[in-house]
Amino acid sequence: MNKAPESYYKSVPHPGRRQAILLRAVTILAAVITVAVLLFLVVYILIKGIPHLKPELFEWKYTSDNVSMMPAIINTVLMTLLSLLIAAPLGIFSAIYLVEYAKRGNKFVAAVRVTTETLAGIPSIVYGLFGMLFFVTRLKWQLSLISGAFTLAIMILPVIMRTTEEALKAVPDMYREGSFGLGAGRLRTVFSIVLPTAVPGILAGVILGIGRIVGETAALIYTAGTVAKVPQSLFSSTRTLSVHMYSLSREGLHVDQSYATAVVLLIVVMGINALSSYVAHRLVKRSGS
Amino acid sequence: MKKWKEPAMRVVFAVAAGTSILAVLLICIFLFANGLPAIFKIGPGNFLLGRTWKPGSDIYGIFPMIIGSIYVTAGALLIGVPVGLLMAVFMARFCPAWLYRFLKPATELLAGIPSVVYGFFGLVVIVPFVRENLGGTGASMLTACVLLGIMILPTIIGVAESALRAVPENYYEGSLALGATHERSVFYSVVPAAKSGLMAAVVLGIGRAIGETMAVIMVAGNQARMPEGLLKGVRTLTANIVIEMGYSADLHREALIATAVVLFVFILIINGAFSLLKRRSNL
Repeated sequence: MNKAPESYYKSVPHPGRRQAILLRAVTILAAVITVAVLLFLVVYILIKGIPHLKPELFEWKYTSDNVSMMPAIINTVLMTLLSLLIAAPLGIFSAIYLVEYAKRGNKFVAAVRVTTETLAGIPSIVYGLFGMLFFVTRLKWQLSLISGAFTLAIMILPVIMRTTEEALKAVPDMYREGSFGLGAGRLRTVFSIVLPTAVPGILAGVILGIGRIVGETAALIYTAGTVAKVPQSLFSSTRTLSVHMYSLSREGLHVDQSYATAVVLLIVVMGINALSSYVAHRLVKRSGS
Repeated sequence: MKKWKEPAMRVVFAVAAGTSILAVLLICIFLFANGLPAIFKIGPGNFLLGRTWKPGSDIYGIFPMIIGSIYVTAGALLIGVPVGLLMAVFMARFCPAWLYRFLKPATELLAGIPSVVYGFFGLVVIVPFVRENLGGTGASMLTACVLLGIMILPTIIGVAESALRAVPENYYEGSLALGATHERSVFYSVVPAAKSGLMAAVVLGIGRAIGETMAVIMVAGNQARMPEGLLKGVRTLTANIVIEMGYSADLHREALIATAVVLFVFILIINGAFSLLKRRSNL
């Protein structure tokens, strides 16, 4: 219900009509501002950045001359894979526990929900400091790929948990009942019936998590460090693309290259968003049918 | 399937669910254990209310940064709240379906853009704009407020929109039946009914603004002194941590971790308020 019929407006007395027009106008204004800001930001960065996307920015080796982003891109991929490897199973399993196993009103479940909500609200710099104190210093992993990955894994855990939970809840109970009726146990029902049905929703969540990882800076500076090389092992320091961009733009010497890096980041994020909503849309279609 | 698998996997799932509890505990323990001693060494009064931050002479007062964070957040809300809430009303109640299909991904993209990109945008667009039109260096509280106001938009829009959609349709219909216009019905019966949800949206926006780090560092000037005006530089709690952590040692380092403790306590309060409001609005 978005619109009242046209004839209805004509029947409205004059003062009411004026108010209606004013109220509608302010909401439209807000929408115009939001969209205009987004368009301006994206178009501005694309126009300024695309001409600077030169081949030397993608050379395999980073030097202070070419400030290549290639090592950072590779590091970002590694960091993403590693963080997901930790966070995805944990997040999906906890969601399975919450939706399929836990009884309502269980204290443990309440604690899980409260802490997950807390995790979702913690700013990335606090994660970064925690990672520095725990993974880097206490566990002596140094500034490294693995310290960064564990820090990011905790950070995206609530994202994956929440979306997986929603996806599991969206699976109709009939499916479970049918499976139980055929004599399958709970575990088998979860893995052969519920999870496959919920895959698109879970994937959408995982993709959102990827977006968070790719865009993260504050949590990584003091956990993974800023070395612009492809890591030799899990324990070498790496910079991801966002950290790379922060270093470039802070130095102030490489404005053009910063624009170019911003373009790459923007395009990646747009791709990730499009993919996530495409996948989630398929879920809606399927469960709707 | 073997019999032991069922209970074994049940335990595995439960253990996985326990991760977030463990993570929050670890974060609390490590932050507090490393930060609190410094607060007591410096003296809670001197630390929280001290107006001078001079690590060189071992003076650690974070009051300027606390005030800086509060000012910048308030400024961001001044911009982000009206635009965000009205945008949410537009998306939930006014916009035609074809436009919604474009607006929804747009707000999601706004949420997905990394903070460094926002910061860079602020640095190359808003900072020069402020410098040329309003004076000063451009790296100022005003710039940070504007940029943060933009950055919290998607957070506010997202929560506010679902709050508005959660209002039962008969509130709206009842108002229409009493002769109110579509607009009046939305603003005088749907919006008030969604009040707690809209408050939750604002509170979440506060959390985002106060916790934002990279974008603020890039545009706010970061002078560690009491904020002097809209066009002067300001340093937030988050900026204080990132800027000095790299070269700090001993008490200085502990004072920075203590800064994070203060930030963390702020966030815990905000989170608490958010979940309270969320529960009340049945989101």
